[in-house]
Amino acid sequence: MEDKRITVAHVQLSSCCGCLISLTDTYEKLLDVLNSVDLVYCQTLMDVREIPKADIILVEGAVCLDDHHAMEIAKEVREKGKIVVALGACAAVGGITRFSKGGQMSKPVQSSFSSLTEVVKCDLAIPGCPPSPELIVNVITAVIEGNTEYLKPFVRYGERKYEACGCDLIINAINKSLCMGCGVCAASCPTRAIEMVEGRPLVSSQLCIKCGVCSFQCPRIEV
Amino acid sequence: MEPLGSYKSIISARATDSRILKRSQDGGIVSAVFIYGLENNILDGVIVADKEENFKPVPKVVTTPEEVLEAAGTKYTVCPNLSVLKSAIREYGCERIGVVGTPCQIISLRKVLKYPVGFRHLVNKVALLLGIFCMENFPYMGMKTIVEELCGVKLEDVVKMDIGKGKFWVYTRWGDAKSIKLKKTHPYEQISCHVCTDYTAELADISTGSVGSPDGWSTVLIRSEKGEEIINKMIEEGYLETKPVDEGKFGLGILKKLALTKKEKNMKEIEHRKELGLPVPPKVC
Repeated sequence: MEDKRITVAHVQLSSCCGCLISLTDTYEKLLDVLNSVDLVYCQTLMDVREIPKADIILVEGAVCLDDHHAMEIAKEVREKGKIVVALGACAAVGGITRFSKGGQMSKPVQSSFSSLTEVVKCDLAIPGCPPSPELIVNVITAVIEGNTEYLKPFVRYGERKYEACGCDLIINAINKSLCMGCGVCAASCPTRAIEMVEGRPLVSSQLCIKCGVCSFQCPRIEV
Repeated sequence: MEPLGSYKSIISARATDSRILKRSQDGGIVSAVFIYGLENNILDGVIVADKEENFKPVPKVVTTPEEVLEAAGTKYTVCPNLSVLKSAIREYGCERIGVVGTPCQIISLRKVLKYPVGFRHLVNKVALLLGIFCMENFPYMGMKTIVEELCGVKLEDVVKMDIGKGKFWVYTRWGDAKSIKLKKTHPYEQISCHVCTDYTAELADISTGSVGSPDGWSTVLIRSEKGEEIINKMIEEGYLETKPVDEGKFGLGILKKLALTKKEKNMKEIEHRKELGLPVPPKVC
């Protein structure tokens, strides 16, 4: 049975490594996960140069359209991965890379970043900056067990090719008279960009990093 | 359609602690369970709806029985309890959190536990979900209008509000009671409540509310093993006084009737929204 184990690769594009840290932050659960899968590629954790074929490829980060290496890797993961997972905000919905506009050292000419979901077909996409360790484990477990019911929202996030923003709450919940003021969006926000005022979220555009977690977490928005 | 969701047992109960009963809305079940949990190391922090002056609702993480008592009583307005969920584990360092919420808040929290995308290391720290019966809620300004314009009482003078016997009641600090017909409050309801079909917080561990029990008592639905364990211990140790729920028209009868009314009325609203092409709340759990 050993050789039948599910192979998993972690590939990093333009990102901070936070999603990988979140994955390793699962402590003993990571060991359980690693016991049931074979990690075959992960630049941060192991010495393998070539991305091999894998059952699941977790891709973290946005794709820099001005960098042909990044574009090639995006194509490569699609060819080599049976299931491509856009892991975290940058790969799934763009996240903080939506603010980039070039002019920064050491690559001042690189200015265009897109989510992986915009560039290649992703089977699953997980928003959040970063998605919690528990959630990542849940998703990997669901993939291994073939729990398609659990994966539904992530399939949909893989299909949608647009960005996320705190104002999704206003458009999809408040403007549609669905927000009842539970406050879960405010608690889920990694930058505390959401304050509850008179029972409704007030989103600070200065603080929002477009990670998409608030509208994913909202119980009144169909994800 | 099971109007009350699934549950193991249903009882009428009230707290035995007079400090609780002095401040509580009805039987003081929420306060009693939280205080019992905190005193017996079952919980180390609870999320409650407290209030500031003029009945401004404030979600709070509290860690002592005194603070629980301070927050007792129903606030007839939106209090975003879940907004302090992360603060409970980060700032307060709680590891066994109890949360009280309206049915919609309990649904939202169940979704968090199923899909904790933005909640690192939270799931195994949520220990107990207490749900309260809820037909609908009022935005703060709606509640203010009901109290000040319709009942003619300044919010600053209000000590308690209640809904019962078809009326909305306001009690002042001078001991007066003013009331208006409940029907008159309908225009001030939060519209988003009209797409909710959960009256009794069906996804909670324990649900409680006044409907179905005599004055000063609460109806308690025990839904999960966790809920059952804590209620049984509280009864054994004398924290709760109980009696069988009245199976008749004014007990279980009215509770089921109201729960069903909410389902039927709001299912109609959901269908209406669908006809208009408007989104409706998704099935969460």
